[in-house]
Amino acid sequence: MAVSAAGEPDDEDVKRCLHDDGPIERPIGSVEDKWKLLPAFLKVRGLVKQHIDSFNHFVNVEIKHIIKANEKVTCDADPTFFLRFSDVTVGTPSAEEDMIVSEIKPQECRLRDITYSAPIIASLEYTRGKKEIVRRRGMVIGRMPIMLRSSKCVLHGKSAEELARVGECPIDPGGYFVVRGVEKVILIQEQLSKNRIIVGKDNKGKVMASVTSSTHERKSKTNLVTNGGAILLRHNTMTEDVPIVVVLRAMGVESDQEILQLIGMEPTYVEGMAASLREAVVLGVTTQAKALDFISHKVRGFSRPWGSSMRQSRVDEARDVLANVVLAHVPVVAYNFWPKVVYVCQMLRRMISAQHDPSQIDDMDYYGNKRLELAGQLLSLLFEDLFKKLCAELKRQADAVLSKPTRAAAFDIAKCIRQDTITLGFSHAISTGNWSVKRFKMERSGVTQVLSRLSFISALGMMTRIMSQFEKTRKVSGPRSLQPSQWGMLCPSDTPEGEACGLVKNLALTTHVTTDDDEAPIARLAMNLGVEDVHLLPGLDFGGNGRCTLVFINGMLLGMHRDPDRFVRSLRTLRRCGRLGEFVSVQLHPTQRTVHIAADAGRVCRPLIVVEDGVPAVTPVHMSELAEGVRDWQDFIREGLIEYLDVNEENSSEIALYERDVHADTTHLEIDPLTILGVCAGLIPYPHHNQSPRNTYQCAMGKQAMGAIACNQHERIDTILYLLVYPHQPLVKSRTIDLIGFSKLPAGHNAVVAVMSYSGYDIEDALILNRASLDRGFGRCIVMRKYSANLKKYANQTSDRIVAPPSATGAVKSVQLQRFRVLDADGICAVGERLQSGDIFVNKQVPVNTSDTITNTEALAGAGAEAFRPSPMSYKGPPHHDTYIDRVMISSNENDHFVIKIRVRSTRSPELGDKFSSRHGQKGVCGLIVGHQDMPFNDFGMAPDIIMNPHGFPSRMTVGKMMELLAGKAAVLDGHLRYGTAFGGDKVDDCASVLVKHGFNYAGKDFVTSGITGEPLAAYVFFGPIYYQKLKHMVMDKMHARARGPRAVLTRQPTEGRSRDGGLRLGEMERDCLIGYGASMLLNERLVHSSDGFIAHVCQKCGLLCHHLGCRNCRTSIHTQPMRLPYACKLLLQELQSMNIVPRLTLSDT
Amino acid sequence: MAATRRPDALPPHLSDKHKHVTCASDAPTYTSTPEYAGVYASLGIDNSLDLDELRREVRIDVKSLTADEMVFDVVGIDAPIANALRRILLVEVPTMAIEKVWVLTNTSIIQDEVLAHRLGLIPIRADPARFEERGDSESNESNTLCFRLTAKCTHNADKSTDAEPYTGARVLSSQLTWVPQGDQAAGFAAEPPRPVHDDILIAKLRPGQEIEVECWCEKGVGKTHAKWSPVATASYRLLPRITFHQPVHGPLAAELKALCPLDVFDIEDVAGVPTAVAARPRSCTVCRECVREPAWAERVSLQRVRDHFIFSVESTGAMPPDRLVRDALGVLKQKALDTAQLLKDTRAQADGDVDMAGAVGAADE
Repeated sequence: MAVSAAGEPDDEDVKRCLHDDGPIERPIGSVEDKWKLLPAFLKVRGLVKQHIDSFNHFVNVEIKHIIKANEKVTCDADPTFFLRFSDVTVGTPSAEEDMIVSEIKPQECRLRDITYSAPIIASLEYTRGKKEIVRRRGMVIGRMPIMLRSSKCVLHGKSAEELARVGECPIDPGGYFVVRGVEKVILIQEQLSKNRIIVGKDNKGKVMASVTSSTHERKSKTNLVTNGGAILLRHNTMTEDVPIVVVLRAMGVESDQEILQLIGMEPTYVEGMAASLREAVVLGVTTQAKALDFISHKVRGFSRPWGSSMRQSRVDEARDVLANVVLAHVPVVAYNFWPKVVYVCQMLRRMISAQHDPSQIDDMDYYGNKRLELAGQLLSLLFEDLFKKLCAELKRQADAVLSKPTRAAAFDIAKCIRQDTITLGFSHAISTGNWSVKRFKMERSGVTQVLSRLSFISALGMMTRIMSQFEKTRKVSGPRSLQPSQWGMLCPSDTPEGEACGLVKNLALTTHVTTDDDEAPIARLAMNLGVEDVHLLPGLDFGGNGRCTLVFINGMLLGMHRDPDRFVRSLRTLRRCGRLGEFVSVQLHPTQRTVHIAADAGRVCRPLIVVEDGVPAVTPVHMSELAEGVRDWQDFIREGLIEYLDVNEENSSEIALYERDVHADTTHLEIDPLTILGVCAGLIPYPHHNQSPRNTYQCAMGKQAMGAIACNQHERIDTILYLLVYPHQPLVKSRTIDLIGFSKLPAGHNAVVAVMSYSGYDIEDALILNRASLDRGFGRCIVMRKYSANLKKYANQTSDRIVAPPSATGAVKSVQLQRFRVLDADGICAVGERLQSGDIFVNKQVPVNTSDTITNTEALAGAGAEAFRPSPMSYKGPPHHDTYIDRVMISSNENDHFVIKIRVRSTRSPELGDKFSSRHGQKGVCGLIVGHQDMPFNDFGMAPDIIMNPHGFPSRMTVGKMMELLAGKAAVLDGHLRYGTAFGGDKVDDCASVLVKHGFNYAGKDFVTSGITGEPLAAYVFFGPIYYQKLKHMVMDKMHARARGPRAVLTRQPTEGRSRDGGLRLGEMERDCLIGYGASMLLNERLVHSSDGFIAHVCQKCGLLCHHLGCRNCRTSIHTQPMRLPYACKLLLQELQSMNIVPRLTLSDT
Repeated sequence: MAATRRPDALPPHLSDKHKHVTCASDAPTYTSTPEYAGVYASLGIDNSLDLDELRREVRIDVKSLTADEMVFDVVGIDAPIANALRRILLVEVPTMAIEKVWVLTNTSIIQDEVLAHRLGLIPIRADPARFEERGDSESNESNTLCFRLTAKCTHNADKSTDAEPYTGARVLSSQLTWVPQGDQAAGFAAEPPRPVHDDILIAKLRPGQEIEVECWCEKGVGKTHAKWSPVATASYRLLPRITFHQPVHGPLAAELKALCPLDVFDIEDVAGVPTAVAARPRSCTVCRECVREPAWAERVSLQRVRDHFIFSVESTGAMPPDRLVRDALGVLKQKALDTAQLLKDTRAQADGDVDMAGAVGAADE
């Protein structure tokens, strides 16, 4: 054991270095204060740290690697020419306007519709002319959109006051981009992990092993499949499947014995390989040369990268494919195939054992096999592609210029660098969401989404959303169902209903997604800890009987270890000491006899308290230090009290949920069970008492709830903004609510609810509202809408303009002036004016001639009114509802001359049909608004704000809602907010005793008197505050009816849709009913008279449509008959005629 | 059959149901008043209303009266009458409230209509009797009160650390100043109209922001909008009545006393045995703790007296509560008179129609 003796640190040494602060055996911390670690965690990591970390890693580390990998641009025409990028950095966000570079703030970008981006600054050296080598620094090669709150963002490290000063909300988590004024989120993408052996079944039910290799250069998928007992290798570069033994021979393992030794000498494996070995013999492939020759006939002529024009023999080509394309992630140095051979044999071993034991088949949905792709990774893919494109462009230009024999001046390639390639590439990709990376043939759409600012929760929920690559249309339940390995990593409740159910997921509260960690030092460390290098091992050790375990790092075979338990323990100890990255995971797989060290990006992990010898490492002493502020989250990590576990490592750990469950074998302790939920489900009080789908419904509805959306909400000009006038913070909170700042940006009201029947207007979940409550501001909301006008510049130097409203002189009648009422002298509406439907708010004019060049300067000045055509923007809104101009912003950006944004505002009180919901997935519309005097009242004279029908409870089983009512009532009575935290919270018993103490019934049921009869109700009524959300669906936005109105031009049928004041369609099913009923007159009225009835003239002689004065075809008018038919029918006949089909009508009297 | 007008003559089990609402632990029973005159006809008892008797029996005791709240008992009336009074108090007694707001300047972050809404809800102390409802007529001094609110926020000149950084940052209701219209100055000299409370926060300002609005108060009732409601709340409850099915002695009595969170029970010496008695039934809130356990429900009977209404009128401060009750009774009386008149008119009209018909018929002949 020469290797281990050289470098392995003694276990005791490691332990000493970890616990240098003395023995750990101290009293156990009490369960109550453990959750206080969460605020510390969120203070350091934030809610969207995964996005920010990923982006930071990209702009600080990854981008440099990419440049380094593609640093050189050469020229075919001139061998002395070169361009080399030596360094690259991303600057601070700025904007360049009229050659002036100025720092920009995100809020400015939102308002002015510009991109929040920073220059990518490169240092380069290149040849100019013959001998001169130029070095340039500070060359801007493009602009990179900057993620808010990332290390490059101006908001980074700013305090709340500083954030407020730059117009930013301190509670906003960041993690998104502002591209052309639109907030865009790059959603987390979930995919199967790369470079890992996955044993599964093909569509015939046969066992197969597959590996998706991914390197910087290429991605390829290698499959091992079975065909009649023999195992074959399937790869895109091969025209057909190649027997695996042939492949192994081609890689230099010629003897059958060696192959079997590499796989394992146990009878199962020998038998499993028998058919394959026989096949090779049958094929006559017994040597490496024969094998390569065999494979060379199967290799598809693949397009080699430009530059290597050297012709190769087919055998060399086959060898190259085996070395570089098949299992590309296993490096083959100087055609030493040994690591790859071992890897293939491992795949075979896994496959054969899975053939005998189905439990060895990997679960595709197991979350340890999944990787999450974040903004940084996606951007780095894009950047590498764009950078290669830039380099290719430069090369093409260099080729073009340098191939010409004579040149006027020395060719300066730096002048050819176009910033737009990268700048536009980024902004286009982010704003459309289409990710196309040519070298991987990747074509993905919907990668980015507009950040939903409907409510604070919807924005936050979007930042934790995970999209699956799985197609939505497929009707399989596997990928959609909740996998046990998702415990603690993904929220079990927060997923949409319907087609994306289970495919769109959300991160749990404390989940972190890793970024790439350099694997070389880890490999070195592993070697020092006694791993025997794979290159140095004889075949015998891999399979069979030796007590040895293979060590993989990021799916790549590193070597073998003889004492895996100690190896794993030492690695973990080192990690707890901080000698290894905190996110590196080590997993011992006992059945496969492998140790997996993972340091790759995209693994989900979460923090857990370390337990050693049955004692949690975190003690009350630590907690009190945390409370005093002398200790922070990083200290816990640094001292190895808390560590991050990924899904794989979690699988080999024993995690206690509560401290009382800790026993001798326990390795970790949960910080708090509430962390298994995400931010949306975290809002629900007592979610553990609800029927599970109700929590899912609330997760969807919480995103539609109105309230405060951000601290800078009044400074924002969003397309539509729903705000509550008087939002409340909930009486029954949860820890999550405190952690995410929901109580500062709440969305709802604490409504006093009486659970009783009232009138008949409360059936089907309808709610009864108290008019007095509405008068006092309950559910009152502000709806703000944006209208924007851009003044365009045209090619012929003309541009749009805004003119003052016409004054009441002469020809202009005062009635016509009515429409210009709200305009100021500058032609733009004045702030505070009341808008009515039809009012003009921007008096814009567009030049008539935008294509021809106008030479006359006078015409250019636009003095002539005839040169412009009015194109005013007018307001269209519901009648009898007040809307006001809230804000007018005039600015400019690089695309348009002027940007004018107008925000209009209307305040709405709840009305019949508006939608409300509690936090338990119990939505309902307002069915009736009742005056205070008619509402039931309790002994204190209190009338409820909302009456909810008790039928909402039995089938929904939302016990949490009842508990919320009790806890809320207790909160009101003793003036202390209550907690309904998941798997915890205030006890019902405690709340009930508070009620009793204040003279209320212990069950929350009050003696209630009817407000109508004045007599007591014959039942006690469950009465108390419940947090109600007003949802964005309001009747005013949806109500629509028409008697008559516009018609479509082509068909003359009524238009469709509310926005076009359309008709209500009598569809085919309704038509069928009328036909079935025999209501022919009604049918005729609906389909012809009230729709597109038309009198056409038909020539009875030729049967074609004709002019009413006579048929031009028959040159007579005597056969012409008028006929009533739908205009669409007339249109059809004419269209048929135009296609040389003659529809002839035969008329007869009925 | 000569029915007696004595519900007291009812057999005990019926009399109990007639007079009391029983608050069992699961649900209240016998909640509605037997109104039909002939309910007890088979027992020879007449249940019809006798006005004289009502006049004789009805009792009003004012239990407490402060500037804001009045508590009084009304005994001997039916629930509909009590409820009518409650309903009128809530929504039909007129008050003055800000109805129109003319925004001259508003650079605060509070939107104009929200500001107007907030202003509207401020209770105004002004005697509504001295105003008319505006209806569709023009505003004038007889139907409108005018207030002006001018507020501006500036940086505080005093830069010391403990001083407020801004002056005028909080706009309070005290800043509403009455602007007398016409002869109002003289008429209201004794008690100038003003907001009831001086410390109602209307808006918060920051330096550079200002508000200048003119508010017009009008007379209205709570039916139109809750801002005109003169009461914070007005309601009644029935007098609790606690009796014992069987006497509660000794340790049980102490247990019962401890059971009640509102200390309704006392322990008295009855014939040498410490016995529980319901000493303070008024303070009972009908929380049913004393009948929660089945064993206790067998011993204790929790009831409410059907015709004993404990009224509580809590004024917003615009008018004293006793005045509100008087006004409400006035409205009730007026309603009764109106109804009586309406009936009379209808009768007269019906008679007239008959007469007319007769007359026409006669003419025809």
